[in-house]
Amino acid sequence: MSDDLRFGLNRKVSLPGPLALDGGGSLAPVEIAYETYGTLNADASNAILLCHALTGDQHVASNHPITGKPGWWTRMVGPGCPVDTDRFFVVCPNVIGSCMGSSGPESLAADGQPYAMRFPVITIRDMVRAQAMLLDHLGIGRLYAAVGGSMGGMQALTWAATYPTRVASAVVIASTARHSAQNIAFHEVGRQAIMADPNWRGGDYYHDGKTPDAGLAVARMAAHITYLSEQGLTEKFGRRLQDRQAKTFGFDADFQVESYLRHQGLTFTDRFDANSYLYITRAMDYFDLAEEHGGHLANAFRGAGTRFCLVSFDTDWLYPTSESKNIVHALNAAGAPVSFVELSAPFGHDSFLLDVPELNRVVDGFLKAGGQ
Amino acid sequence: MTLLRPDLAIIAREVKAGARALDVGCGDGALLAALRDEKQVDARGMELNRDNVAACVARGLSVIQGNADTDLSDYPDASFDYAILSQTLQTTARPDLVLDQLLRIGRQAFVSFPNFAQWRIRWALMFGGTMPITKQLPDRWYDTPNIHHVTIDDFRSFIAERGVRIDGQWFLRGEKLISAGAANLRAQHAVFLLSR
Repeated sequence: MSDDLRFGLNRKVSLPGPLALDGGGSLAPVEIAYETYGTLNADASNAILLCHALTGDQHVASNHPITGKPGWWTRMVGPGCPVDTDRFFVVCPNVIGSCMGSSGPESLAADGQPYAMRFPVITIRDMVRAQAMLLDHLGIGRLYAAVGGSMGGMQALTWAATYPTRVASAVVIASTARHSAQNIAFHEVGRQAIMADPNWRGGDYYHDGKTPDAGLAVARMAAHITYLSEQGLTEKFGRRLQDRQAKTFGFDADFQVESYLRHQGLTFTDRFDANSYLYITRAMDYFDLAEEHGGHLANAFRGAGTRFCLVSFDTDWLYPTSESKNIVHALNAAGAPVSFVELSAPFGHDSFLLDVPELNRVVDGFLKAGGQ
Repeated sequence: MTLLRPDLAIIAREVKAGARALDVGCGDGALLAALRDEKQVDARGMELNRDNVAACVARGLSVIQGNADTDLSDYPDASFDYAILSQTLQTTARPDLVLDQLLRIGRQAFVSFPNFAQWRIRWALMFGGTMPITKQLPDRWYDTPNIHHVTIDDFRSFIAERGVRIDGQWFLRGEKLISAGAANLRAQHAVFLLSR
C-alpha cells in the first residue's frame, strides 16, 4: 500500500469530471489536494473522511507547509487518538473553492489565467460531491465515518443526506443544518471588507502580487470574534494594555485584545486567499439542508442507515446548542440512531479545536461502537 | 445480566429480544447497555445530565441530552416497542403529560418509581414528623430531585382514570421481588408495564 502514490501526505489528484454544480454550471477538471493517514484495509471498510472548517485544510495532522505549525486537529487524529490512525484510514481533502491545492478561484481556467471571480459559486453539497469523486478514485465505497466540526460538520451532514448508503456514521461537532441570518450577516461583513480593499479589483489581483490583505485581515478579525466567547476574551485579555503602562490617546493597538486580533488578521493573509474566503463563506451561507429536502429537515435523513453523533458547546454562540438540537429533532423524527451532548467548554465555537477532553472521550466511544 | 439495579433487572428481563426501546432518564446507560448486549435491542436513551450523556456516548450508546418534560414530543407515534421511565416519573414537572408521551411513543411503557407509602416512610413521617430520609429516598426535602412523590395506590388510580391498561406489575423490597398483596404498604419500589 505504501508505494501506492494515491496515499500519503501532500497528495493531489486531477479528476476529469465534469462535476455538475448546484448553481447550474460544472467544473472540469476537478483538482483535489488531500492527505491520507493510516492504512486502508483489504475490504476498504476502515476509511474515515475528515472534513475541515472554513479556513482549515488537508493538513489535519501534519505540519502546515506555510506556517510550519502542527495540523489543526492533532489532538483528535493520530496513533492512539480518537480518530486512531493505527486502526483507521483517514482521508482529509481540501474543499473545492479553497486555496490549498484544490480547484478554487486561484486555479487556472482553460485560458491559462486564474479563474478569479469566474470560478463558479459552489455549495457545501458540491464540496461533498467532489469528495465522493475522490473516494471513488481511492477505491473507497462506504465510509466508516464522516467527521467534521463547524463547516466540516455541515459536510458530514450533507454526506449522510446525499450518499446515505456510503456513510455508516457521522460525527457533527459545533455545527448547524442551516446558516442563520446572524451567520450570514457576519460573513457579509467579511466579504464587504475584502471587496472594499482597493487591491481586490473585482477579484483580479493574482498577476501583480498586490493582494487585498487589509480587507482579508479585517474579515478574519471580525470572524475570529465569533469563534470565541465573551468569557474567553475577558479571561484572556480583559482590558489589559499591550506593552505599555497607560493609554496613548491614539489609535494604536493599546489593548491586548486589539493587538491579538490584528495579529490574527495579519497572519491569516499569509496563508489564505481572499477570493477563496468569498467563495467558501458564500457556500456556507447558501447551506440549508432542509431547503434541499422540501423544507423538512427530517426528510434529509429518512431511510438513512447512518448513525449520528452531535456535539455542541455551551459557550458557542455562532452555532449554538439550539442548532444541534434542531438536527437531533429531525433525526429522531426520521428514526435515525443519534447521540447528542452539549459539552461545557470556555472557548466558544473554537472549542471543537481546543483542549476539551470530554469531546475526545465522546468521539472515541462513538467511533469504537462501530460503523456497522 | 451484570449488576443492574433491581427495577432495571426486571425491565431487562421482560423486554423482548430484538425490540426497539427508548430509556427516558437513562442515567449512565446501564440498562441500555444490558439491553443492547444481551437482548440485541435497538436501545436509545435520553438523559438530562451532561456528564451521564457523555459517559453513555463514550460507551457507544445512542443517547441524547434532553428533558423528559419537554423533549419527548420530538419522537413520532409508536416509534418504539417500549418507552422506559425508571425512577424518573417523580422528578418530572408534569408526570401526567410525560406518561401521555410515553404511551404515544412506545407501544408499551415501563414505569418504575419509589413507593412513598411504604411503611418505613409512613412511620418516619408519622412519628418523626419530618420528611422521611430512607435508603431509597436519601435526599432532604430541599435538595431532592423528587418533586412529585407518588404511592402505588396513587399510581393505580392515576392509571385507571386515564384508561391505561396494566400489562404487568412487579414490586420490590430491597432487591427482593414480593407479592402484590398490600404492596402499597410493603413495597419500596414498583415497576409497571402499561399500554393504551
